[in-house]
Amino acid sequence: MASVSHPRILVFSTTNISDPGIDLAGSRHLHYPASVFTLSVPCSSAVRPGWIVDALEHGFDGVFVAADGDECALLADCNQRTARLVSLAQAQLTELGIAPQRVTMAALCSVCAEPFVNHMREFSAKLAALDPAVHAA
Amino acid sequence: MTQKRRIGVFICHCGGNISDYVDVAAVREAVSDMGEVAFAETSMFACSDGTQQDMIRRIEEENLDGLVVASCSPKLHLTTFRGVSRRAGLNPFQYTQVNIREQCSWAHTDDRVGATQKATGLVRGAVARTAQSSALVPLPVETTPASLVVGGGVTGLRAAIGLADLGLDVHLVERAEQLGGQVASLGATFPDQREGRAMIDELLSELDARAHIAVHTESTITAKSGSFGNYDVTLQGPNGQSVTTRVGSIVVATGAASYVPEPGEFGFGLAGVVTLEDFTRGIESHAGRLHFRGQPVRTVVYVYCVGSRQENGNEYCSKYCCSAAVHASVEAADLDPAVRQYHLYRDIRTYGRHELSYEASRRRGSVYLKYADDDPPVVEMGEGGRLRVLTTDRLTESTPLQIDADVVVLVTGLVPQQNAELTSLLHLPLGSDGFYSEIHPKLRPVETVVDGVLIAGTCQAPKTISESVASGLAAVTQSGAMLMRGVAELDPQVAVVDHDACTWCGACAAVCPYEAISHQVISARDVAVIDPTVCKGCGGCVSYCEAGAIDLLGNTDAQVRALIENLVEVRA
Repeated sequence: MASVSHPRILVFSTTNISDPGIDLAGSRHLHYPASVFTLSVPCSSAVRPGWIVDALEHGFDGVFVAADGDECALLADCNQRTARLVSLAQAQLTELGIAPQRVTMAALCSVCAEPFVNHMREFSAKLAALDPAVHAA
Repeated sequence: MTQKRRIGVFICHCGGNISDYVDVAAVREAVSDMGEVAFAETSMFACSDGTQQDMIRRIEEENLDGLVVASCSPKLHLTTFRGVSRRAGLNPFQYTQVNIREQCSWAHTDDRVGATQKATGLVRGAVARTAQSSALVPLPVETTPASLVVGGGVTGLRAAIGLADLGLDVHLVERAEQLGGQVASLGATFPDQREGRAMIDELLSELDARAHIAVHTESTITAKSGSFGNYDVTLQGPNGQSVTTRVGSIVVATGAASYVPEPGEFGFGLAGVVTLEDFTRGIESHAGRLHFRGQPVRTVVYVYCVGSRQENGNEYCSKYCCSAAVHASVEAADLDPAVRQYHLYRDIRTYGRHELSYEASRRRGSVYLKYADDDPPVVEMGEGGRLRVLTTDRLTESTPLQIDADVVVLVTGLVPQQNAELTSLLHLPLGSDGFYSEIHPKLRPVETVVDGVLIAGTCQAPKTISESVASGLAAVTQSGAMLMRGVAELDPQVAVVDHDACTWCGACAAVCPYEAISHQVISARDVAVIDPTVCKGCGGCVSYCEAGAIDLLGNTDAQVRALIENLVEVRA
C-alpha cells in the first residue's frame, strides 16, 4: 500500500480523551493510512479556526477534529464550542475557495480505536472524491 | 528569537517496536539538516537508565535549549523525559515527546515507507514546535494542611480517618442527621457476612478516636472561594449558623442512591415484589425455615438488571448488583437449605472474588435462567395470592417457564444523587450518566479538572463497598501528595492575555466556566486578566477573542503553526 496515494489528514485530538483512543488503535495494530497525522490539544475547543486553514494551506487535504463528546472533563459544552469553531473555519475556507467539506468533526472516546480507524477510512474516501487541488481553480 | 535554538533529537528503536517498521536512521538523516538541530541520534531504548544518563550529559555538554524524544505515547514517558530535562538543567516545558510508536509504527506495520515518511514529518514538526517553546515555571502555591470531606458514608468516613492519620486537619460535612450513608442500612455483606451497621460503627469509633476530625452533620456547603491549596468553604449548620474554614483539598464522597422501580415495573407494587435491599434486610430464619418480614418463603425469584442497561433509562451497568444478589441467595440458602431460588438474568457479572459467591450459590441449588434483552420476564399476581413469573430460558432451547413464587426480588442498581447546588458550587464535572467525572478512570481516577477537588466512591460511578473505600483512600493519598509538602506547583500551561492587544470586550470572561478571567484596568486600559491559579488550561476562551489577544502556554499559536507547517511537504 503506497501511502502517497492517500489524502493527508490532520487530526486534532485531545490529550485525555481521544489520544488514548488513537493510541489504542496503534496498540491493537489496526491499520489506517500513514498519511494521517495527529496533533494533541487539551480540549477540542482550544483549536483555533486559523490552524485548520493553516493545515489545508500547508499540504493537508483534510482536517478532522476529534471532539470529546460528553466525556470532556474540562468543559461541559465543549461539543458546541468545537462545532462553532469548525463552522468559523469552514466560513474562512469558503472565502479562500477551499471546499468546507475538507474539515469535519466527530466525537471520539478514549477506547474508540475502531471508530477512529473507520472515521479515517471514511474521511479519506470522501476527500479522495474531491477535486485533488485544495484550492478550487 | 535572535539566537538560534539548540535542540537535541533522540529517536528510539524501542527494541524493534519502532525500528521494524520505521527506518529510524532515515528519520535521523531527514531532521539533521534542520537549522535548530544541534544533533540527532538514534537509541535502542530511549527510556533506559543508560540512555537517560547519556541524554543528561549531552544536554549539558551541548548546552541545549530544547529536547525532542521520538518514542512511545506521552502517556508512558512524558513525565520520564521531563524529569531528564529537569535533571539536566533544561526547562521541562522545552521538551517535546513525539509518539512514533502507538501513532506510527504500530498503526502502519503494513506500510514501512509511509510510516517512515510520517515519523519524519512528526519529528520535523516537533523540532519546529520546540524551537518556538519558552521556559515555563510552575506556580508555587503555599497550601493549607487541611481537607474537607463532603459526605459521611463509608467512603467519606474512611477518607476522613485516612486524612487525619496523615496529620491533616479534617472537616467532615454530612447533610443528614446521622453519619453512615447507604451502607449503614445494608444487611450481611460479602465476603465475611458483616452487617453494614457494624462496619459503620467501627468507622465511627475510629473517627471518635481522632481529635483532628471536626464533624458537621445536618450541614451543607453554601459558598466556596479561593483556589487550589487554599479554598475558603462556608458550611451552614442545622440552626442556620455559618462557619467558614480554609482547606487545601476537598474530597467529594456524596455517594449514590438506589434505583426505585416504577410502579408496575416487573410487578413492583404487588405484595411480595421487593427490591434487593429490602429483601436482604427482611430475611431471617424461624425454626430452620426462611421467612421474609415474618412470612414463610418457599420460592424466591430474582430478576436482574431492573432499571439498568435500558435504552431509555439508565444505560449503564451498576456492576455491583449481580454480586449482591448472588451473595443474598447464598445467605438465604444458609438460613434455609430447602429454599428454591431462581435467578433470571441478562448477563452475570460476578467479577473477581465474587465468582466464589456465584459458585457457592450454584452449589446450594440456585438455578440461573437467562432472559433475552427484548423478552423480559413478566411478574403478575396468580391465583391464591401467589406471585407468578413467566420467563423464557435462552439457554435451554428457549423454553417458556412459569415459576410460582412467594417473593420476587428486583435486583436494582445505583442512580446518581441529586446535588445540583454542590455540583455548581464546586464546578464538578458531570458525565452524561449523571455521575461525576474524573480526569481519567485509570490514569487519574480521583482527580477532577479542578485542582484540589477530588471525587471518590459511588458519586463517580456504581461501585462495591471495597471499591468505594479504595477510591476514598486514593483521594487521601492524592490529598497527602498535594498538601504534605506545604507548597504545591500548578501546571503553568494556562491561558495568558496580551494586554497590548486586548480591547476588553468581555467575550472570554463570559465563556470561562471557572471564573478565571476578570476585568481590570492596567495602565489606564480596560483589559482581561487571567488568574493562573484558577485557569485550567483548556483553551476554550482562545477562539472567542476576536483581537487574538489570548494564547495558551504550551500550545501557543506560534508553536502549533510551526508544527502544522512542518508535518508534510506542500504538493507542487
